[in-house]
Amino acid sequence: MNQVEETLRQEVAKLLEDGTIDVFVGHEAASLPLRTSPCFVRCPKEVNRLVWDRTCTSNLAAYLPQLFKRPVRLKGEWILPKVGVIAKGCDSRSIVGLIKEKQIPRDRLFIIGVGCEGMIDRHSVGRVLGVVGLADAKIDGNSVQVIGTDGREKRIDIADVLAASCRECEHRSAVISDLSLGDAPAPTQEVSRYANVAEFESKSPQERWEYLVAELSRCIRCYACRQACPNCYCEECFAEETAPQWLGVTTDLPDVFVFHLGRVFHQAGRCVDCGACVAACPQGIDLRLLNQKINKDVEELFEAQASLSLEEAEALSSFRMEDDQSFMTEP
Amino acid sequence: MTKETNEKMSGNGWEPRIVAFLCNWCSYAGADLAGVSRIQYPPNVRVIRVPCSGRINPLFIVKALQAGADGVLVSGCHPGDCHYISGNLYARRKFALLKSLLEYVGIEPQRVHFSWVSAAEGARFAEILGKVIDSVRSVGPANRMIKRFKEVA
Repeated sequence: MNQVEETLRQEVAKLLEDGTIDVFVGHEAASLPLRTSPCFVRCPKEVNRLVWDRTCTSNLAAYLPQLFKRPVRLKGEWILPKVGVIAKGCDSRSIVGLIKEKQIPRDRLFIIGVGCEGMIDRHSVGRVLGVVGLADAKIDGNSVQVIGTDGREKRIDIADVLAASCRECEHRSAVISDLSLGDAPAPTQEVSRYANVAEFESKSPQERWEYLVAELSRCIRCYACRQACPNCYCEECFAEETAPQWLGVTTDLPDVFVFHLGRVFHQAGRCVDCGACVAACPQGIDLRLLNQKINKDVEELFEAQASLSLEEAEALSSFRMEDDQSFMTEP
Repeated sequence: MTKETNEKMSGNGWEPRIVAFLCNWCSYAGADLAGVSRIQYPPNVRVIRVPCSGRINPLFIVKALQAGADGVLVSGCHPGDCHYISGNLYARRKFALLKSLLEYVGIEPQRVHFSWVSAAEGARFAEILGKVIDSVRSVGPANRMIKRFKEVA
């Protein structure tokens, strides 16, 4: 158990005991190696379920809006629960976004900020192992000891299997918190964000189309990317709307394209590049290639990054008179 | 699939089909003025009137392309002239992103056009439309995103 994990458990127990929060949303070990699942801790006795390590990929902000959907009855009064949550940099930005979009109330939240040095990408670990499955894994400092289903052991440097969005992360510590369990060290070297987008843009339209056809034809329309995303809280998603029906429920390429274009467009000015969709995708589709394109455009055209502060309006809910309109058709 | 689409796909006598989303207050009136002033413009366009360019959900455009349009034109009031003050300015941000995104995924940029046409600019509307049609014609019939259904006898 690491230092942060220990402090986290103590703090959460304290918060639950003194009634500051009714429920705490954190990560717990899942049944598969190198995976965690979200857990909801409601009593101090359960705090030992909480973990904090390099496998806490999911963005916990995604689980917050549902907790505020209906008030709870407490001492004869209907009130909203008080929710605690552990937030790394990206989670905290998503929380800021959700507060601004009025999906969660700031005054019922207790945010425990934690510095994050990047999460392990399970798809990358899978690639290292090749056809062999992952039987067990143990994290040890900056490396991870993996045991394949063939019984062979392998030592992998975590830096080699870091999620792409973590590798390019600029906000490793929470941008909003009520309690901080320490900040992560700043990135040691300058990384170029949007390198994948720039490379893809340099290809010909035909190559781009073919690559995306190859990627997206693997999509099984399970909507795991949507479910994992804190921004996707709509009661009725455009993908399931029937009047109008935006797209069919098939895995035909045109339907898959409309789904992914719609999904990524709804992220415009809101995506914090947490990588939760990439981690959730069972098919390992390169979803980040689309997300980052939108992020890059928002940053270049509107000089905005999603959800960094509670005050600033998001890119698509604001405008400037002098916004770029060089793309418009003139006679 | 309609007979018309079949003909289009076989490449014989293909004419671009363009869906135009025009705002009620400026561009629709501009298109109307073009007609009233007897300015000729090609008949390839199917006009859909919307209350404001800000009303246009980017999915409208994607959906039009999926449903078989060869090109899409979106037109609204000039910046500063919006009937709802700022609808077109919000829309401009969405369109900038959508145009770039569609090009990025490999949809030819010649298919999607955005423009400003005021209610007094009938001639400008006809000119823009001519330009849009030429540009769509230059890339030929759309085939990348169209949802096709199996022919039944």
